Amino acid sequence: MALLEVTNLGISFGGLRAVDEFNLTIEKGELYGLIGPNGAGKTTVFNMLTGIYKPTDGKIFLDGNNITGKRTADINKAGVARTFQNIRLFGDQSVLDNVKIGLHNRFEYGTFTGVFRLPKYFSTEKEMDKKALEILSVFGLDKEADVLASNLPYGKQRQLEIARALATNPKLLLLDEPAAGMNPNETKDLMDTIALIRKEFGVTILLIEHDMKLVSGICEKLTVLNFGRVLASGETTAVLNNPEVIKAYLGE
Amino acid sequence: MGFLTYLINGLSLGSVYALIALGYTMVYGIAKMLNFAHGDVIMLGAYLVFMCMSNSGLPAVVSIVIAIVCCTAIGIIIEKIAYKPLRRATNLAVLITAIGVSYFLQNMALLIFGSNPVSFTSVVKWTGFSLAGGQLKITGNAVVTIITCFIIMFALMWFVKNTKPGQAMRAVSEDKDAATLMGINVNATISLTFAIGSGLAAIAGALLCSSYPSLNPYTGSMPGIKAFTAAVFGGIGSIPGALIGGLLLGVIEILAKAYISSQLADAIVFAVLIIVLLVKPTGILGKQIKEKV
Amino acid sequence: MKKLDKSTRKLISSIAVIVVLYLVMSGMQATGNLSSLMSGLLVPVCAYSLVAIGLNLCVGYLGELSLGHAGFMCVGAFTSAFFSKMYQDVIPDVPRFILALLIGTFFAALFGFLIAIPVLRLSGDYLAIVTLAFGEIIKNVINVLYVGKDAAGLHLSLKDMMDLGLDLDGVVLINGAQGITGTPRQSTFTIAVVLLIVALIITHNFVNSRTGRAVKAIRDNQIAAETVGLPITKYKLTAFTISAAIAGVGGVLYAHNINSLTATTNNFGYNMSIMILVYVVLGGIGNFSGSVIATVVLTMLPEMLRGLSTYRMLIYSIVLIGLMLFNWAPGILKFREEHGLTTKQIVDKFKKKKEVQ
Repeated sequence: MALLEVTNLGISFGGLRAVDEFNLTIEKGELYGLIGPNGAGKTTVFNMLTGIYKPTDGKIFLDGNNITGKRTADINKAGVARTFQNIRLFGDQSVLDNVKIGLHNRFEYGTFTGVFRLPKYFSTEKEMDKKALEILSVFGLDKEADVLASNLPYGKQRQLEIARALATNPKLLLLDEPAAGMNPNETKDLMDTIALIRKEFGVTILLIEHDMKLVSGICEKLTVLNFGRVLASGETTAVLNNPEVIKAYLGE
Repeated sequence: MGFLTYLINGLSLGSVYALIALGYTMVYGIAKMLNFAHGDVIMLGAYLVFMCMSNSGLPAVVSIVIAIVCCTAIGIIIEKIAYKPLRRATNLAVLITAIGVSYFLQNMALLIFGSNPVSFTSVVKWTGFSLAGGQLKITGNAVVTIITCFIIMFALMWFVKNTKPGQAMRAVSEDKDAATLMGINVNATISLTFAIGSGLAAIAGALLCSSYPSLNPYTGSMPGIKAFTAAVFGGIGSIPGALIGGLLLGVIEILAKAYISSQLADAIVFAVLIIVLLVKPTGILGKQIKEKV
Repeated sequence: MKKLDKSTRKLISSIAVIVVLYLVMSGMQATGNLSSLMSGLLVPVCAYSLVAIGLNLCVGYLGELSLGHAGFMCVGAFTSAFFSKMYQDVIPDVPRFILALLIGTFFAALFGFLIAIPVLRLSGDYLAIVTLAFGEIIKNVINVLYVGKDAAGLHLSLKDMMDLGLDLDGVVLINGAQGITGTPRQSTFTIAVVLLIVALIITHNFVNSRTGRAVKAIRDNQIAAETVGLPITKYKLTAFTISAAIAGVGGVLYAHNINSLTATTNNFGYNMSIMILVYVVLGGIGNFSGSVIATVVLTMLPEMLRGLSTYRMLIYSIVLIGLMLFNWAPGILKFREEHGLTTKQIVDKFKKKKEVQ
């Protein structure tokens, strides 16, 4: 069974059909790319997959469970985590706390325990710190654990956002333009990081990207979106050599 | 007939609220701030009219004109000294400063005019007329207030829509930075907004105290809060919204006073506001702005 | 011992300062060196501080502006005073006051919770105006509330005292606009300070707990908070309810410090809400100890200016505007930075001097 099965997904904003008849199948462990020109509807697809937008039509199945139209928080609990094109960190909190917020649903104690600092508070917080540092060390961010998230340099903010998403223990990780604004060196580091987290966390990845070097370098399969519709989809090399795709990217 | 009388009184009070609400709504639309001191400008306006009329014996129209000029000047000065330096600061900082200005105006009035209420002489000499054999009495105050409110409202809508400064106001309220790039003088536009709002406050003060003649340094405070409620009610930032919100609020208040309980009238007004906002979170004519993800 | 983190160190030093101030004030009071005016302010200052701490939780951590916290204070004050009055001759002093405290806190929390359910669907200035409206409604309703008790039990009316239809031996507990008179005056300065310290500890622990982190995350970025699986509504409600409860404790203290409890615009209306908001903003948004300091200074300030009689409130307002401009105006902040006049730069300078010595 596929990890993610999307059938005939569509959404309209007023009279505008932003995405139409979108189909996507991702197998467990794959690294899948979603590409397309600006305004093709890629982020809209992500927003529907994470419940930020409610799709007008179609169905989304994660691991056989129907998650269509569920609330964002519940979809995360079901196993989908994401990052954002315009980074959305908890800027006023430390790097460590950002990851600990990602761990929120995996380590529990109640408000009462927290306010009155019962023994469980101390033991759970200790475990959370340990786990959070473990995740941060994968990204080499453990030395900056006490820094405010908003004070991190841009590239590290992107990495922290991925770390926070991974902290929720997702089955499927959605990355929205992870290389945006990065120089070639940073992009190369990012490709290494993505390879590493696949290995370390065994997570399936769907990413939106404009950087063709990154896409052809690491994605195994691609779906191309144009004007809200799927233009092509399949193995990376085959899709990138598809004349329709070349036309959409380079024009006539 | 009782109902009609109440309705007309409600519309009259509502017209005053609408005039005050205009000041709130325009300033909010353009500077994105709650000008808590607006209610106190009304009080100052009323005192100025009172001084001109009762102490100097000037005719009502001249007195109002003097009050408008003074309040406009006061509005511009307040903006320049207290709000302009905070243009790029957080909303909360501006709100607290506005509260400080409100305290300042109240205590200034307290020093100059004393805490004892003065009895305001109506600016409308005409006592009104009766209909249906004297059963339905309409006061001159009510007629003048309602007509003034509608004239000002439509003049302002025309101004904002059709004149250059009006268009500048709309542009600034939509996007300050883009307006600057288009060569609009944002500071001058904001000053103009404060000037108009404060000028209208003087008129509102005179009309309010003509119907409710007891005037003291705190007179503007509660009507100010209610008018702000009216602005939110109608959809803050919208001029017709201020009119609708103000009129509805006035009518609800008077009817609640007449038929339910005079002590609970304010509670009922606020309860209606809450219900409206829950059904329509941005007010009757407000626009919904969604965050882009 | 493990090194304490910065916020815990700050909490401990604030508590130490409060304890020292408490000892000094008590000492002065005992030796008759404190004017009766100052002496009368001790408990109210603590009560306002508590409301400010509650409001700061809402403004600083939930990130929502409430203009109705005086309403929660009002609920705490009236429910607890009602209870104390009703059982004045039935329950002994100490357990009765403890129960009154719990009841006042509980009802303030309950009102906070009930109001938060609809209110938290709104945001920004709309939320602010609705909280203001709720505060005004609470105040208004209490002003027309008449409750009396006689052999037949409790009587309730929204009209007047006569409408209660009490027996001859009946007593009026809440008398409309005249409120509640003769509440036992049990709020001592000691109790007030203890409650203040407890509130500081509770809020500190809350914002540094799992729930507190979630609340801050929601404030910083609600959409991101949802995508990491945080139940938004639950935590917003929790924070708002706790915030209201703390304001309620302030109300209980306030009510048990005066003979005649009434709900007017100045003590429980929007004027009070705004005054508390001023304390919160000047003390530093999100800074609980700062709220207490600002409350103490700004409550004492007008009293110290009393010699200037009519000018004192005028001076107060000018100081307020001046402080806001000094602390927030971007132009002035830039000037201060360039000339080494920011608070941080000044504090650093002092620290360096100490090190040299």
